[in-house]
Amino acid sequence: MTSITYLEAIRAAQARALEEDSRVFIYGQDVGSFGGAFKATKNLAKEFPGRVMDSPISEDAMIGMAIGAAIEGMRPIIEMQFADFSTCGLNQIVNHAATLFYRTEVPCPLVVRLPCGGTSGGGPFHSQSLEAIYAHFPGLVVMTPGTVEDAYTMLLEAINIDDPVIFCEHKFLYYHLKAEALPTMALPSNKARVTRPGRDATVVTYSAMLHESLAAAAELAHDGYEIEVVDLRSVKPLDTDTILASVARTGRLLVVSEAFPWGGVTAEVIARVTAEGFGLLDAPPQRLNARDTPVPYHPALWGTHRPTASTIASALHRLLKL
Amino acid sequence: MNCKSITTGSTHELDGTLFCQAYRYMLTARLLEEKLAALKRSGKIVGGVFLGRGQEALSVALGIHLRKGDVYAPLIRDQAGRLAFGEGMLDALRTYLGSALGSMRGRDGNIHRGRPREGYFAMISHLGAMVSAVSGALIARRFRGETGIVGATCIGDGGTSTGSFHEGLNLAAIEKLPLVVVVANNQYAYSTPNSRQFACDNLVDRAIGYGITGHRVIGNDLANCLEVLQKAVAAARAGAGPQLVVADLLRLIGHADHDDASYITEAQKQSPLGRDCMIVAQQFLLEKNWMSQAELDSWQKEIEVEIEATTTRVLREPAPDPQEESWIPFATSHLHSESL
Ligand SMILES: Cc1ncc(C[n+]2csc(CCOP(=O)(O)OP(=O)(O)O)c2C)c(N)n1
Ligand SMILES: [Mg+2]
Repeated sequence: MTSITYLEAIRAAQARALEEDSRVFIYGQDVGSFGGAFKATKNLAKEFPGRVMDSPISEDAMIGMAIGAAIEGMRPIIEMQFADFSTCGLNQIVNHAATLFYRTEVPCPLVVRLPCGGTSGGGPFHSQSLEAIYAHFPGLVVMTPGTVEDAYTMLLEAINIDDPVIFCEHKFLYYHLKAEALPTMALPSNKARVTRPGRDATVVTYSAMLHESLAAAAELAHDGYEIEVVDLRSVKPLDTDTILASVARTGRLLVVSEAFPWGGVTAEVIARVTAEGFGLLDAPPQRLNARDTPVPYHPALWGTHRPTASTIASALHRLLKL
Repeated sequence: MNCKSITTGSTHELDGTLFCQAYRYMLTARLLEEKLAALKRSGKIVGGVFLGRGQEALSVALGIHLRKGDVYAPLIRDQAGRLAFGEGMLDALRTYLGSALGSMRGRDGNIHRGRPREGYFAMISHLGAMVSAVSGALIARRFRGETGIVGATCIGDGGTSTGSFHEGLNLAAIEKLPLVVVVANNQYAYSTPNSRQFACDNLVDRAIGYGITGHRVIGNDLANCLEVLQKAVAAARAGAGPQLVVADLLRLIGHADHDDASYITEAQKQSPLGRDCMIVAQQFLLEKNWMSQAELDSWQKEIEVEIEATTTRVLREPAPDPQEESWIPFATSHLHSESL
């Protein structure tokens, strides 16, 4: 039995896009013969000569170039070495790519791949989850796949979409998450998925926190609670219908994210549920985020900085008593 | 005219004492980094380990020409310069090992360390960012009427492609700040060769565009490094404005612990670029009779003993305790409460 990792799925999606669509090219630091810092473009430069190009360390120019190429009908994929460095290209992403269609009716089909999220010892500048920043700006699609299958199908969809897509890949999942094969069917990227059905409470989450939440749900099952876990898959657009339908079944809501707490995806989900589904709630909706400090380096600090299966389980126990 | 000449260094008499002092810092850096690599392999260090093997001569030549009161923002491969600026190996080991007693208290790690209050800035990862930050420190000194001060930072060939590097140097040039920027052109940024990084003949040519003085230096030749850096730092200190120093060399190790640097060509390794600055410096000081082999050997032993003792001490130090930790990232902590 062969197995495929989350990282290999991302590589495979790019290979397929390069194969099927001559407009696609990849640009990023060390993505060429080296295959990228995480090897997400391994061998692609060899397989697709001239279409997988090493960039200088110039994030602003990398995105600006992608915008120009997209205007001319290409489908650029930009790899940021780490999500954290995308802030050096923030202006081009949020002011140029995001506004282009609204201002000119010319689409801006580009994908910015962001290796996101914490790993042990990553520290403040190699750990950030920036989906909320990008989702804040009108005009950007923000995908946050949490499974191998979604990493594959959603990246293909991201490349096909006529809008700029911020594709948030979780570094921790790169090597740890495996599936038996690449999927043949795809759920559209704007749909959330009920990953685990339940009736006592809903956890809404995405990306690596999906797996921590599933582990917490499994733990609560030992105590006889049935926790429903909803994987957002994309944070923008946000599939409010699936969330509300779940809350209608359970009456209780916990939203979990690895990102910083202020504003953000968890706040957005709770705002929508309270505004549109207040009557469905049996208890005040709760949220769990990373702490409101930079991401610490030391594993002992990092381990308590972001949510884990055990803090999620505790939060669920509290929620069930509210 | 703003354009200044580009110097390549002359051949005035070298100071043997300074040379030997510099060599000792280099040796300490080399041995300390070998220890860091071993600690990483044995799982004691978590996260990346970024070493400056092959770049010690250039790094030390800057650090040793700075004084107390100057501002220094070292970058990835500057263990030798950090030691020369006065860091001591305790801070390095404490930061890598995440000791609660280190200057970064386990909150940041590895090369992202410093003591800004002492003019020793703590780099962020985002390349190029330190050029303008050091410039700001120099502007502050200027407001306070302090003169004779130098600010210095280092960067790699890859880092020169950032908008920050360009904006920072241009700003410093406009303000005629006493800034020294040392570019270690080790021919690669991670795996990316110079040919995919810039199209000018030599990065020192950029100095003309900024209207600042440019210097070239042989990055693995301590004698040349000391001479050129002495000149550049003195010029900045004397009010001649920003100085851009560009060194050619090779990093003799991977980008970080996980990289085998197989992209570095054999031809480059065999060329003068690939010479190990430790060997070049050692031969030089033996030839000059500044030191004997026996003295060098005893230095090595002394340093190894200090590294072992410091490592043992740091490994016994407490890790940061999440329960005790303040999770308020503000200086004005009374305005905030911890929120989850
Ligand atoms: C703005 C920015 N983009 C990307 C990175 C990721 N990164 C870290 S080191 C590095 C290569 C740096 O090369 P160079 O500046 O030549 O320094 P060297 O490693 O060769 O010493 C890259 C791309 C970064 N730190 N900052
Ligand atoms: Mg370099």
